[in-house]
Amino acid sequence: MINSLNELYCLGIESTADDFGVGISTGGGKIIANVSNGYIPEEGGIHPREAARHHAKVASEVLSKTLVQAGIKSSDLDLIAFSQGPGLGPCLRTGATIARAIAAYLNIPLIGVNHSIAHIEIGKLETNAKDPVTLYVSGGNTIISAFNSGRYRVFGETLDIALGNCLDVFSREAGLKHERRIPLGAALEKLALEGKNLVSLPYVVKGMDVSFSGLLTAALNLLNQKRYRLQDLCYSLQETTFAMVCEVTERALAHTEKKEILLTGGVAANKRLQYMLSLIAKDHGARFNTVPLKFATDNGAMIAWTGLLAYKNGIVTPNEKSMVKLKWRLDRIDIPWIN
Amino acid sequence: MDKLVILKQLKKGAEATINLSNWYGKKVVIKSRNLKKYRHPQLDEKIRKFRTIHEPQLMHEAKKAGVSTPIIFLVDTKNMLIIMEFIHGEQVKHILKKLSKDKRQNLCVKIGTIVAKLHSHGIIHGDLTTSNLILNDHHKLFLVDFGLAEKISELEARGVDLHLMKRGLESTHNQFSKDCFNDIMYGYSKVIGETIAKKVLKKIQEIERRGRYIEERKIKSK
Repeated sequence: MINSLNELYCLGIESTADDFGVGISTGGGKIIANVSNGYIPEEGGIHPREAARHHAKVASEVLSKTLVQAGIKSSDLDLIAFSQGPGLGPCLRTGATIARAIAAYLNIPLIGVNHSIAHIEIGKLETNAKDPVTLYVSGGNTIISAFNSGRYRVFGETLDIALGNCLDVFSREAGLKHERRIPLGAALEKLALEGKNLVSLPYVVKGMDVSFSGLLTAALNLLNQKRYRLQDLCYSLQETTFAMVCEVTERALAHTEKKEILLTGGVAANKRLQYMLSLIAKDHGARFNTVPLKFATDNGAMIAWTGLLAYKNGIVTPNEKSMVKLKWRLDRIDIPWIN
Repeated sequence: MDKLVILKQLKKGAEATINLSNWYGKKVVIKSRNLKKYRHPQLDEKIRKFRTIHEPQLMHEAKKAGVSTPIIFLVDTKNMLIIMEFIHGEQVKHILKKLSKDKRQNLCVKIGTIVAKLHSHGIIHGDLTTSNLILNDHHKLFLVDFGLAEKISELEARGVDLHLMKRGLESTHNQFSKDCFNDIMYGYSKVIGETIAKKVLKKIQEIERRGRYIEERKIKSK
């Protein structure tokens, strides 16, 4: 029985925001395909309906590429997993519709997966972390969580906008461009490397939570005043916001006494943030892991793998319960696959 | 700084290290805000200095409100440390699950009264967790770690303060977090009055709905 479970093929569909990703995982945790196509807005941030339109357009191409990469036929698939939330409504619904259609056509089980949990699970799989404090920072999420008695618990989160959102809006206002495959955050990071002077910005940590909206407004005001070099502002913005999430992560680490830190989400690509967290880990005798970029940003493989974990524990999502959940918290879900 | 002998590290927290020490023949706690290498030096100094000065001030204010906090002996902003009284006892975090239901209830009501006294006096603790409450050997409850405390009387701040307590309970004592929180709110309302307590409770619900991924908000907006 164990062997046959390990030989299952699960196809995962991710479509919570700007990326449409499809991945295939085996029951044993081998990722045999992971393909993604991102929507890039002509200007401004993500427009949910435009992003959803993009997903519908590229879906069949991404799906066939995934099967080719995996070297299997659609009839070899045993399960379909999809990200059921949290995320943008139109984008989520596009992915869910595709997932339901494939599952019905192939007559195989459907599994709705929580996007945030998928980030943690693929991170653990790829870095061999066992029981980490996870800092998940992206354009839509800022969550510090760790496992405790049956569920992933939230030990801290943003009270308003996400860290990636804060950095993106600032970058965009500063005139940085979202170029193909070079996210705004990377452009900001590059400029920050040339920064020398720390400009004072509000440092907002409330207990274990952080808040970025006031800080962003303050940074934008300074930007408009043109009193400081842009490099210094980028540098100060990174130093201040990263120090905030690092403080909260360190607090969660001290509180839970866990021995691993896992960094994931799009902002995980930032070398400065990685370095800061590695110092914290060292200080607490913990192991620091950064999830490799292709598995840290939104991807289909993480949905496939988490779908498998759920399926192995008897969880499937019947059609009538497969509607998307825009605000699905990760601490609302029982995790039977961890003892 | 002479006559100071570190006996034992009590806790290595995120923000500070707490050492049990011998100081002029007296057992004291030294809270040192260590340099954080991950932080920009300027930002690091600013944060540590602010908290080192601010914390004893707020602890003093709390005493005036009738909340037991350790006595401050020395504040040193050069070395970023505070020397204070050592409380003989145990963190509530470790006691809660050992207690019988009745005793747990009593303790939670007591916690609620302490928070209410603080709030009535215009103080927000900022990090209300069961790790920051110590029950001493004479069953007196002490509140420690005022590093994030602030002087605010706004409903919003009070709500956030208790919201953090609730969330902390859910993440560390999930088995009985609901009962504990209800008992805390009972104690809270006894001291601060039902009218304000109700407003604060409503605020807490509002704050929860404001959270990024909350199902209640979805239901409400329908």
